Amino acid sequence: MPLIRATGVVDDPWRFVKDEEPLPDTGAVIVTLVRFQANRDQLLARATPLGLRLKSDQAPSLIAGDNERFDIIALEFPKFTDGRAYSAARLLRERFGYRGELRAVGNVLRDQLAFMRRCGFDSYEIRDGVDAAAWITALGGISVVYQPATDGRASALALRHGIGRNHRDAETTGKVDDSTPRLPIG
Amino acid sequence: MYRYDDYDHTLVDERVEQFRDQVRRRVAGELSDDEFKPLRLMNGLYLQLHAYMLRIAVPYGTLSSEQLRKLAHIARRYDKGYGHFTTRQNLQFNWIRLEDTPDILAELATVEMHAIQTSGNCIRNVTADHFAGVAADEIEDPRIYCEIIRQWSTFHPEFSFLPRKFKIAVTGAPHDRAAVKVHDIGLRMHRNEAGEIGFEVLVGGGQGRTPVIAKSIRPFLPKRHLLSYLEAILRIYNQLGRRDNLYKARIKILVDSVGADRFTQLVEEEWQEIRDGYLDLPAAEIERIRAHFSPPPYEALADSADYAAQLRRDFLFARWARTNVVRHKRPGYAVVTLSLKPTGGVPGDATDAQMDAVADLADRYGFGEVRVSHEQNLVLPDVEQGDLYELWRKLEELGLATANIGLAGDIIACPGLDYCALANARSIPVAQQISKHFGDLTKLLDIGELKIKISGCINACGHHHVGHIGILGVDKHGSEFYQITLGGSADENASLGDIVGPSFGADRVVDAVETIIDTYLHVRQDNERFLDTYRRVGLKPFKEKLYAAH
Repeated sequence: MPLIRATGVVDDPWRFVKDEEPLPDTGAVIVTLVRFQANRDQLLARATPLGLRLKSDQAPSLIAGDNERFDIIALEFPKFTDGRAYSAARLLRERFGYRGELRAVGNVLRDQLAFMRRCGFDSYEIRDGVDAAAWITALGGISVVYQPATDGRASALALRHGIGRNHRDAETTGKVDDSTPRLPIG
Repeated sequence: MYRYDDYDHTLVDERVEQFRDQVRRRVAGELSDDEFKPLRLMNGLYLQLHAYMLRIAVPYGTLSSEQLRKLAHIARRYDKGYGHFTTRQNLQFNWIRLEDTPDILAELATVEMHAIQTSGNCIRNVTADHFAGVAADEIEDPRIYCEIIRQWSTFHPEFSFLPRKFKIAVTGAPHDRAAVKVHDIGLRMHRNEAGEIGFEVLVGGGQGRTPVIAKSIRPFLPKRHLLSYLEAILRIYNQLGRRDNLYKARIKILVDSVGADRFTQLVEEEWQEIRDGYLDLPAAEIERIRAHFSPPPYEALADSADYAAQLRRDFLFARWARTNVVRHKRPGYAVVTLSLKPTGGVPGDATDAQMDAVADLADRYGFGEVRVSHEQNLVLPDVEQGDLYELWRKLEELGLATANIGLAGDIIACPGLDYCALANARSIPVAQQISKHFGDLTKLLDIGELKIKISGCINACGHHHVGHIGILGVDKHGSEFYQITLGGSADENASLGDIVGPSFGADRVVDAVETIIDTYLHVRQDNERFLDTYRRVGLKPFKEKLYAAH
């Protein structure tokens, strides 16, 4: 399956290892939450890059303490109508400070890409046989956004009032922007 | 009313082009029907029994005369010369060709309208009191906050694939005309002890298969926290709402299953994490939007002596004014409801000619604004009392002056099996029969306030659960039957109707309604309303009469 980022079609160095498959000794692997929880210490001790794949009913809070140990987290869309991974992505990025690659896998459709990107995803496994260039263009979505999200784009509201991405002037709240990682989206 | 700035225009224009490309891909066969379905549903386009139906958003029920003229034009050019105003204050066209939809949306965009999120499992068009801004009892215009919610919820990246559709309603007055207690989120504006205006937050109300009155989860939310609090509720729902069963996916089921207290706790915990952050509403934005809803240039008028004299002189005019005219917050002005419920007509339908004429009347007798009520009528919000007589004569000619607002003829009905792919039974002919049967306006006035609401299936688009008399179409061995409920209400004292007993065949519904009304007239005390009588005497006398002979 092709893998895209906003910059184009990219090679995929990762291999997803299903629970019933043996773990290879070398190479970058993505494992399930079940395997990770069963062999946590062993997996973290490996010298090779480690990734995690979460199903849509597996809350990111389950790995909140460990998320910095992963170079990639893949969030599954079992059906495009199952929107839980959008919340999971935002929580990983904004609540738990996850800065690694966040990949959308499963039933990933062209017309949902822009939403995914806004929630903090930065790579997307797409189906074979499509016009990847059109899909990459679709990542841009509509040029105006009405609400702040994980991607750091300034909302129409913020632009109207010249307050950057914040809805309130950060000086008056003393909170917000710097506590939220500015993500290199791409 | 709200006018788009460059940001709003850009968003809607780009959306039209995006949808045009999606339709092109569908027509070219690049997208299968299954793949196209979620895309059209993000844009209010349904495939019904006979044709595509396009549902156009009328944000919080407010239209300009220019917008209404555009809708008339679309009805004429792309449909069969009429449109249907819905219980969600929207407008539906029932005979649309797929290929025309991009052009229709492009035409709508020129008058700052769209069909975004009028379907799909996302946050739908936000609804409000149809008398917003002019009601004598109003604390603050709820449309300011509806517009803020409209923008925040439009293409919300996290909440566009919720477990199920999500409806938010806002009332700014103590008398709830927006039915906030039967919405996924209801917001009720009120003053706290310090005199500040904020929102009571109600969650988990709804109709459909499992009707529930919303639970209050926060007595007072300051305005600046509106969006962060909504985001907290939606995030909990998006993560925990059921996705395995279509019928158990609404937020009301989640609130019920974890309990209102636990649900409140989850929301409050989530909110603590995101409050005072980038969703905080700046006062400058509230003021920017408020300016769009500032009062029009009213004349300093006293209550009209001519109007008082006309009421005494003309019985028919007085009868119309009694039901279809309510007090305005300004002296000398009135709020007029145009009945889309002519005797024997289809509730909520308006022809292109009527829409054009109403747009002209809104310019002539007001400030070019029209409202759509969730009870499927239109409203002219700013009529000078001295003009009411002349306006009434014109409305009579247009068939829009039926003096039945709030009475038994003012029936809410969903499109039913005449159009809808989900329906079990027809709604419109039942509404028409009842309307004809009780066509005598004098009799209607004697019966008094009575809300009859008809749904063609359990999804309850016709709000039958909250009808004083609710009628639900069911399929019994391939025949249309109707189950009747009594005692429902959607206002600040909301209640769900009680089922009277076994359902009635299509040929017996009108008789049953008549029996119910006769029973009421027999047992009511003084000027007691139907609902009050029902609440006093309960089901028993009605049940006895209805099933006496069987």
